[in-house]
Amino acid sequence: METVTPILQFNKTCVSYTKQTMAVKYVSAAIQPNTITAIMGPSGCGKSTLLRAVNLMHSLYPNIRVDGEILLNGENILSMDPIDVRRRAGMVFQRPAPFPTMSIRDNVLSGYALNGIRLSKTEKDETVERCLKSVALWDEVKDVLNKKGTFLSGGQQQRLCIARALAMKPDILLMDEPTSALDPIATAHIEQLMQELQKEVTILIVTHNMGQARRIASKSMFMYLGELVEYGDTETMFTSPTDRRTKAYLTGKMG
Amino acid sequence: MNDKLYKILLLATALAMPIVCGGVVYALVTDAYEAFEHFGFFNFLTSSEWSYTEGAEQYGALPFITGTLTTTLLALLFCIPFSLPVALFVGEYFKDTKAASVLGAATDLLAGIPSIIYGLWGFYTLRPLLMALNISPQGSGILTASLVLAIMIVPYAASLSAEFIKMVPSDLKESAYSLGATRAEVIRTVVFPVAGPGIFTSYILAAGRALGETMTVTMLIGNTNTIPHTITSTGNSMASIIANQFGEADDLRLSSLIAIGLILFLMTACINLIGKIMIKNARIE
Repeated sequence: METVTPILQFNKTCVSYTKQTMAVKYVSAAIQPNTITAIMGPSGCGKSTLLRAVNLMHSLYPNIRVDGEILLNGENILSMDPIDVRRRAGMVFQRPAPFPTMSIRDNVLSGYALNGIRLSKTEKDETVERCLKSVALWDEVKDVLNKKGTFLSGGQQQRLCIARALAMKPDILLMDEPTSALDPIATAHIEQLMQELQKEVTILIVTHNMGQARRIASKSMFMYLGELVEYGDTETMFTSPTDRRTKAYLTGKMG
Repeated sequence: MNDKLYKILLLATALAMPIVCGGVVYALVTDAYEAFEHFGFFNFLTSSEWSYTEGAEQYGALPFITGTLTTTLLALLFCIPFSLPVALFVGEYFKDTKAASVLGAATDLLAGIPSIIYGLWGFYTLRPLLMALNISPQGSGILTASLVLAIMIVPYAASLSAEFIKMVPSDLKESAYSLGATRAEVIRTVVFPVAGPGIFTSYILAAGRALGETMTVTMLIGNTNTIPHTITSTGNSMASIIANQFGEADDLRLSSLIAIGLILFLMTACINLIGKIMIKNARIE
């Protein structure tokens, strides 16, 4: 057994939208550093809700309650300042959403601008180059850095959004179905990129694409009706799932 | 058969409005023709004389165009600090809450208050106040009219701006939040730039309202037929000079008033057209 300290730990995490209904029920799981962990499950199972709890996105909506603990590097984020947490837990959304009024360059630097952190010109240039290179976008856009990010293709926009999240040097990267709005080629690009990126950052990805989970994630979670049904090595889960609900989902009998 | 009948009926009633509009333009143009012919179109626009001494009648629209434009611009300026916070409250901070719908409804209610009531309030409350504060010696004038106009156009500017602010995709806002932005930063860097063209359009359309407002302005602007030199000067707007003088005017003076009406109509139509075109372009996907 490895004894690596988990980077992220859910401890009986619950999320509820209303008093009666819980969208995420008592989830406990530990995420190892520098891994890709996929969260799978049918729509409405609470996978996105769980992911969004990690960067306290729920605190933007006063009706949503998060209970239990979520430990990021051992600290319970539920009692931390949301702004600090969000800097340490970057997020990539389903639809690529570069800031439409900003250039490609400003999009990459937007995390710094939004947090009022001033960088020198060389620091800015380095950050832009480093981040765009790590998402393999540098060669494609290095001559049009001052153009609006919205002129890029969907896949490029999504890579720009990943670069924007990476610029803040997060501990963990949360991805909420990042390829569901992209074509197969762009999807393949992003998947390849994620495997590169796991050297630098831990990735937690929500996906409804089982093939994707199997291709890129070393660990997988299966959620159903708000519960974490099964969590373990992806290969094991796909070859010999322990729970019949996981099996039903993976074999396409439930979706 | 029935379908055909409905179609004809619909067409007839639908055509009625453009015909009425065309009739208004036709009547304005024919009745204004005398003034334009007598003074020349550009001379009429740029002359600041308004004297009805018999035999030496001289009419020009410039003081009133100036009056209308200054009151409208000032009203827009004064209305921003009231309408923008309302729009942000309704469209962003308290979006989809009860508080927002109450505030939104209360603001919209302002649009339903008859302008004579605004005029009375301006005359009996704001005017003495401005005099007491030594801001304006006679109380009435461009400033007084603009302040009340500003309140009157707040609902128009606020409710439309709020719609555009609401339309800013939550993906974008959440992206900014996920980078560690505070709410104020999200508003500054995402909401305003994205909703900006729409907000600007709201103010253009609100200006369209202020341009033609008659009763309130007539009661508060002071009714002097000269170009206002300071914002506390008295003056007359295009609408207020017509309201003041149409009853006693005839011949050339009446034609001049109608000519002013035509110019005002064209200005308002232009502003509204520009607003409509801009609203199309300001739509947020």
